Amino acid sequence: MTGFFTLLHKELLRFWKVGFQTIIAPMVSTLLYLLVFFHVLETRTEVYPEVAYAVFLIPGLIMMAVIQNAFANSSSSIIQSKISGNIVFVLLSPMTYRAIFFAYILAAIARGLLVGLGVYLVTLIFFDIPLLLPLWAISFVILGSAILGALGLIAGILADKFDQLAAFQNFIILPLTFLSGVFYTIHSLPSSWQYLSHFNPFFYMIDGFRYGFFGISDISPYISLLIVSVSLVVISLLTIKLLRSGYKLRQ
Amino acid sequence: MLPAIEIIRVCKNFGGIRALVDVDLEIHPGEFFALLGPNGAGKTTLINIIAGLSLAHSGSVNVMGYNVTTQYQQARRNLGIVPQELVFDPFFSVREVLLIQSGYYGIKHNNRWVDEIIERLDLAGKANANMRSLSGGMKRRVLVAQALVHKPPVIILDEPTAGVDVELRQTLWEFIKQLNQDGHTIVLTTHYLEEAETLCSRVAMLKEGKIIALDSTQNLIGKLASGNSVKIRLLPDRLPPVLQPLQKSCSNGLYELRIDSYAQIEFILSTLRAGNTQIQEMYLQQPDLEDAFVSLIRNSGNKLQ
Repeated sequence: MTGFFTLLHKELLRFWKVGFQTIIAPMVSTLLYLLVFFHVLETRTEVYPEVAYAVFLIPGLIMMAVIQNAFANSSSSIIQSKISGNIVFVLLSPMTYRAIFFAYILAAIARGLLVGLGVYLVTLIFFDIPLLLPLWAISFVILGSAILGALGLIAGILADKFDQLAAFQNFIILPLTFLSGVFYTIHSLPSSWQYLSHFNPFFYMIDGFRYGFFGISDISPYISLLIVSVSLVVISLLTIKLLRSGYKLRQ
Repeated sequence: MLPAIEIIRVCKNFGGIRALVDVDLEIHPGEFFALLGPNGAGKTTLINIIAGLSLAHSGSVNVMGYNVTTQYQQARRNLGIVPQELVFDPFFSVREVLLIQSGYYGIKHNNRWVDEIIERLDLAGKANANMRSLSGGMKRRVLVAQALVHKPPVIILDEPTAGVDVELRQTLWEFIKQLNQDGHTIVLTTHYLEEAETLCSRVAMLKEGKIIALDSTQNLIGKLASGNSVKIRLLPDRLPPVLQPLQKSCSNGLYELRIDSYAQIEFILSTLRAGNTQIQEMYLQQPDLEDAFVSLIRNSGNKLQ
C-alpha cells in the first residue's frame, strides 16, 4: 500500500504545484462559459419549470469541468512522463498494476472534484442553487471523474506525442461533453438527436448529476447510475489489462 | 549458489530486427560484471528485459531466483537500475525524488538511508534543489542514488559514465567499487574499456544480439591479445638479425618485439649490448581489453566463444 500512497501523493503534488494552471485556469474558463451563455440565453430559455437557465446550466458546466480536468490530469501526467522518460521510475518499481491504476485514477478524481467544487463555490456567490439530493450529485461526480481518469490513462498510454493526445481530447472528449446536455435538456432536441444522445455515456453523468441538484432529470437517475457504474467497471478493467500487457510502456 | 541474475535463452525482436538471439548468461552474487559491445549490440535491450522495462519474446530471466515477469515484485525489489538516459522528474527536489522512489518500493521513513546516500554521492549541497537546476553530472548521481534507495543486492548501471567528467567518473567508480565490496552484485555496460578492465572480474561481449565471448577479464585478455611486447628505438637504427624473428612491426624507427615471457627481455638487452646498439626509448606493451574487444568485434565471433 505504501507504493500506492506514494504514487497518489506524487500525482496530487504534481498538479497542486502548478495549481494555477491545473485548477484556477479551468475554473475561470468554466465561469466564462457561464457568463456568456447566461447573458445570451437567460431571457429566452427556461429548461425546467421554475429553474432559471443559469441555474440549470451550472451543474452541467461543473460536470463538464470535472470531466475535462479528470481526463487532462491522468493523460497529461502519463504522456509527460513517457516523453521525458521519467516513467521508468514507476515501471522499475515493484508496484502492482492495480496500485498504479488506482493512484492515477484517484489523483484524476481529486483534480476533477477540486475544479468542480471551486466552480460551485464561486457560483454560489451569485446564484441561489438548490442541492436537493447531494448524495446523488456526489456519486455521479466521483463516478464520472473516475471514468474520465481511466480514459485519460488509456489515452496517455496509447498516445506517442502531445498532438495525438490533443486529437483524443478535441475529437472525442470535447464533442461528447458538448453534445451531452450540458447546455440543454435532450427533450428540446429533435427525436433523432435525442435517440443518439442515449449512446453518449457523458449524457448519463450530466443528467444524473443534475438530478442531484433539482430532483428532475431527462431519464431515471437509477438507469444513469447503472450505466455509469457499469461503464466505470468495464473501462477500469480495460485500463488495468492495458497496463498489465505493457503495451507502449514496456516495449 | 543461486545466481544473482540468470538469463535463459532470451530472444527479442524489434519488427524484423533480431535484437537478442538466444542469450544465455549467469551472473554470480558478489560479481563485478561488465557487458561490452558496440552500439546497437543489444546491451540496453538485455538490461531492459532484466529490469522488466521490456518484455522478451521467449526465454526467461530471474533476479535472485525470482522470475522478472511472473514474480516481478520480488525480482524488482532485488534490483537497482541506473538507466542510460538522464531522466528526471522536473516537479521535485533531489530529496523529494529519493523519498518518492523509496515509497514506490514500499519503504516508509527512509530519511536516514536517503541522507546517507545523499552524503556518499556528494549531493548534500543540492539535496533541496529542484531536479531541473542540476548539472548533467549531478543528475547522473541522483539516478545512481535512486537505484539504491531500496538497498538492492543487484545493481545494474547502463553506461553510468557516459558524458560525465573525469573527476565525477572517478568518484562514481570509487563509490560503485565500495558497493561491490559491501557485497552488492554489480553489472555495468560501458564504453570506457579501461575501466571495465580495472574494475570487473568477468566480461561478456555482445555483438548483434549474441554473446560472442564470456570469460574472466584476465583470461579474455590472455586468450585474445597477441601477448606482451616491447617497443624500442635503437641507435644505430638497425635490429640485430638474432632479434628479427621477434619483430612484430616497425613504425618510425620504433621496433615492436613480441615477448612470451619477461625473461626474454634480458635476452634482448644482452643481444643489443653485444652488438653495441644503444637503446634510446623503450616501452613495455601489455595487451588490454581494448585489443581484445577490437579483435573480437572484428572477427565474426562465434568461433571465439
